Amino acid sequence: MITNKTQPSGEQSKSMSSYLSPLVQQIQPSGIRRFFDLAAGSKDIISLGVGEPDFKTPWHVREACVYSLERGFTGYTSNAGMPELREGIASYLDSRFDLNYDPEKQIIATVGGSEAIDLALRALIAPGDEILIPEPCYISYSPITSIGGGIPVGIETFGKDRFKLTAEGLEAKITPRSKILILCYPSNPTGAIMSREDWEPIAKVVEKHDLIVISDEIYAELTYGSNHVSFSSLPGMMDRTILVSGFSKAFAMTGWRMGYACGHPELISAMLKIHQYTVMCAPSMGQVAALEALTNGMEEKDRMVDSYNQRRRLIVKGLREAGLECHEPQGAFYAFPSIAGTGLTSDEFAQRLLREFRVAAVPGSVFGLGGEGYLRCSYATSVSQLNEALERIGAFVAILKKEREN
Amino acid sequence: MEQVNELKRKVLELLKEDARRTPELLATLLGAEEEEVKTAIEQMEKDHVIVKYATVVNWDKVDDERVTALIEVQITPERGRGFEGIAERIYLYPQVKSVYLMSGAYDLLVEVEGRNLREVANFVSEKLSPIDSVLSTKTNFTLKKYKQDGIIFEDHEEDNRLMISP
Repeated sequence: MITNKTQPSGEQSKSMSSYLSPLVQQIQPSGIRRFFDLAAGSKDIISLGVGEPDFKTPWHVREACVYSLERGFTGYTSNAGMPELREGIASYLDSRFDLNYDPEKQIIATVGGSEAIDLALRALIAPGDEILIPEPCYISYSPITSIGGGIPVGIETFGKDRFKLTAEGLEAKITPRSKILILCYPSNPTGAIMSREDWEPIAKVVEKHDLIVISDEIYAELTYGSNHVSFSSLPGMMDRTILVSGFSKAFAMTGWRMGYACGHPELISAMLKIHQYTVMCAPSMGQVAALEALTNGMEEKDRMVDSYNQRRRLIVKGLREAGLECHEPQGAFYAFPSIAGTGLTSDEFAQRLLREFRVAAVPGSVFGLGGEGYLRCSYATSVSQLNEALERIGAFVAILKKEREN
Repeated sequence: MEQVNELKRKVLELLKEDARRTPELLATLLGAEEEEVKTAIEQMEKDHVIVKYATVVNWDKVDDERVTALIEVQITPERGRGFEGIAERIYLYPQVKSVYLMSGAYDLLVEVEGRNLREVANFVSEKLSPIDSVLSTKTNFTLKKYKQDGIIFEDHEEDNRLMISP
């Protein structure tokens, strides 16, 4: 306990929590954190709970960073990021997703995609604004909306729709206070992707209700069978979309914390104000590595995506053989099987799977509406580990079946 | 030479990572039919694309003394046969583990394995050097093997990711 020296001696010191911002106090610790604590004490666990690539950052990227450090490249960069990096991002987005952003005015390099989302929300939210969030989704959107003074409004998506957002689902949640729609496709945790045809009716609703979109496209490179369609590439959507992405997933660079945001110059300029007063600029060494990844990393990226695709086939087949319903994920590196038929909640299922069979996976309930009854299984792990985990899951489901029969 | 198609190439890559992978597993990983994979493997075995399923061993970890030498050999090619005949003559010795025709300062690189230095030295002086067309040899003993066939023997790149992460 820190002593409050400003108080007269003898007076009972206030509880520290009473100092905390009410916005922060209302935030619950994440369900992922709780599960992490549960898994941390155990040994010999096979983890399907990891939301990051199992590859190391490609050596040429690491090496480029090391070399830049040797040459003393250790200072600040411009607030929005090195011009070469922003140019690299612009030409990458153009060639991969047919997006044209001006690197000078429309792109900002951030400390991971997470900072970009935070900047976008803080730049846009006025107290009381409603932020629409299709769920199940990445665990941070709702808490950072609340911290920013907004009101998160979940839109449930369903397994029967392969967890795609529908125009009807979106429209049903819109009120006069709705301002922002946060999208994350390919989706963590469901692996859902959206095609151009899926997006078109959504874009109409966005336009009709004059929404701003924050589109988290961090998994854009990780699609299997069809290419990612950026929401920003739809007619009329570029100006009302803040595209957020980063290097973590495509180039196995999670720890570097390198991301970026692209959008209308006025929005980016507002985000840049917050960015320059809080973090100044993204780490210079990370920027060098990111530029190297964009410039020379596509072959290695393709190799990694190929490998995820192989493991995706393995896990879907294995989960189905184990007796769990599992839709085929089209993106990211998660399978999201239904455990509803087992009679357990997703939390009970995940806890017993961890304790009794030493496999860590994340209960769907932590990802918000529509997540209950599902389990997030990351397949960013080796084939041999996946095989072992699938065998254990099969044995566990068989036991559950027997328990129900007795 | 037969054009290796896409499926065969992928099968080869996956078997190179782990030769024990079954056709069933390979088929699942590649989204192919098991029969198709089996046929591809059989064909490649028949065509000597797949020559052998071997185990990469780190002998340093085994209590079994053996030394390896890489011998640079300069030779005079034979009229009409070039280096083929002499290479064959060399690779037939059981001590010889591999033979490569090289560009550069020497012609053949010969990998020889023996129980000790003397055994390798004897092979070079008694078998290799006396061959008529051999002009010179230069023996390099390997002191430690760090990487072989793409596999790092003491891989320090452990998976140190958190057990659960967002």
